[in-house]
Amino acid sequence: MEHYLSLLFRAIFVENMALAFFLGMCSFLAVSRKVETAIGLGAAVIFVLAVTAPANYLIYTYLLQEGALTWVSPALADVDLSFLSFLAFIGTIAAMVQIVEMIIDKFSPTLYNVLGVFLPLIAVNCAILGGSLFLVERNYTLGESTVFGLGAGIGFALALIALAGIREKMRYSEVPGGLRGLGITFIVTGLMALGFMAFSGIQL
Amino acid sequence: MKLVRRLLDATEKPFLKGGKLQRLYPVYEALDTFTFTPGKVTGGKTHVRDAMDQKRLMMTVVWALVPVILFAAYNTGYQANLAIERLQALHGGELAAFALDNWRTSIYVSLGLPFSSSHFIACVVHGLLYYLPILFVTFAAGGLWEVVFAVVRRHEINEGFLVTGMLFPLILPPAIPLWQVALGISFGVVIGKEVFGGVGMNFFNPALVSRAFLFFAYPADISGDEVWMAAQGFTPDGVSGATWLSVATMEGPGALAEEGPTFMEAFIGLVPGSIGETSALACLIGAAVLVLTRVGSYRTMLGVVAGTVGMTLLFNAIGSATNPAFHIPLWWHMVLGGWAFGTVFMATDPVSGAYTQRGQYIYGALIGVMAIAIRVVNPAFPEGMMLAILFANLFAPLIDWFFIRAVVKRRALRHG
Repeated sequence: MEHYLSLLFRAIFVENMALAFFLGMCSFLAVSRKVETAIGLGAAVIFVLAVTAPANYLIYTYLLQEGALTWVSPALADVDLSFLSFLAFIGTIAAMVQIVEMIIDKFSPTLYNVLGVFLPLIAVNCAILGGSLFLVERNYTLGESTVFGLGAGIGFALALIALAGIREKMRYSEVPGGLRGLGITFIVTGLMALGFMAFSGIQL
Repeated sequence: MKLVRRLLDATEKPFLKGGKLQRLYPVYEALDTFTFTPGKVTGGKTHVRDAMDQKRLMMTVVWALVPVILFAAYNTGYQANLAIERLQALHGGELAAFALDNWRTSIYVSLGLPFSSSHFIACVVHGLLYYLPILFVTFAAGGLWEVVFAVVRRHEINEGFLVTGMLFPLILPPAIPLWQVALGISFGVVIGKEVFGGVGMNFFNPALVSRAFLFFAYPADISGDEVWMAAQGFTPDGVSGATWLSVATMEGPGALAEEGPTFMEAFIGLVPGSIGETSALACLIGAAVLVLTRVGSYRTMLGVVAGTVGMTLLFNAIGSATNPAFHIPLWWHMVLGGWAFGTVFMATDPVSGAYTQRGQYIYGALIGVMAIAIRVVNPAFPEGMMLAILFANLFAPLIDWFFIRAVVKRRALRHG
């Protein structure tokens, strides 16, 4: 239990997808103009990450890994399909995103319209693919993958919503013309990462 | 005073519209309003009329800082002289040859002052030899950027920098190289504040951004055990320069009680540390000034205290066999390191903090919780106050967003 809690904490804060690895920057920068939208996208990312991480774990362990197919027939013990992992992971993620899209469309058409193209774009959000690749690299178990996926999603959502809060308030700022829009957002992201440096070095 | 007024009026012409130096008007304006209260008042239908303006607000903070600065000057010199005394004792009464390498020491010796920790004037002079150059460089470098931005963007030079410039030297270790001071404050003023449009429009405390930038860019000069005494180079063999906070977090409260200062010493601030952060007493006086004049938010301060108390008691209750920092008692957390200074002067920054009243409690509590958590759990940083406040700065707009949202909703329900 303690192990899972510390893994969750690490995934949210220490190894924050957006502010420690700078993954998923496209949607991080694009959908952070309003807090409400950011909360919507954040929830979607949490859901997709928490579902795809264990799903991809299962696919990798029982289909792709070297010797994973032994359960089908002992003759396949030498088969190594891990070169397919990128394809398979993206496929799973895309399928999950489709489901999320349908759910949001059904229950909150406003949010669906606001998120627009960025909802299907979650499918190619680096943070989500990154989550699946990290769990392979770090040899997580099924339980660990689920907790890690959930934590990585919460961390991304937290950073996204905080950035949206700052950007909403920034309407009252007087940013130099050349920096308006994306430029200043990059600077804010950098300063936010400075704040998240507080967690670097924590060993749990 | 009349002479100054006349002098200012006489030089005003080229700075006015159409004059030769009209682009430099902000510089003139800053000098004018620094010496005299401007006669301009708000025209039209204003909602609020108050004697309080930005200038008075900022000056109150500077006044609240006076005890801290006075004590900082004394303590910096006192710690330096104390270290040299101990070193002399180790070397049989002789001052080692390397002692005169430092230009400050050369000035100090040429003034004929003794390296004595009981000599009050000597301590103050020795401290000022470290504090004043840092203060001067801060104002020169930061002020230059202020002027550049004011001239190019045609706004007035704001008093806000006065406070930032006073705060920044106080949170630096005395032995920091001066070029780093200039670099740090440049980063803080430009990236932390001016790119957002100047005072009141930034999201992160500029002094803390400067400090954090230096902290991560040049860790060797701003953290560790070597930098906390002004007399750097005097502290090799025999005299430890570690702050008592890092002793406490690394070796636990037991080691602190054995070798460290008494509680009163730490409370008054006669310990090595950042120039102005050591004295909880001076910060307490500052807090009284800020709260009584309502310049600093008592809600934020209460929030920080509550967060600190809660988190410390939680850690004490959990306990740990491997990490002695879990057992540091509450009262030590509050007098060691930058806790007091951060709570009183950094957390209450009205611009980068939360501005909704109930939000300030949450904002403060977040700082308290984070500061103690970083101190105890993170072995990389013995001090967490600065990073905790920076972290809370990130979430301040969001906290406000939720509270404003709640008010809007309640009103909508009440009035339909």
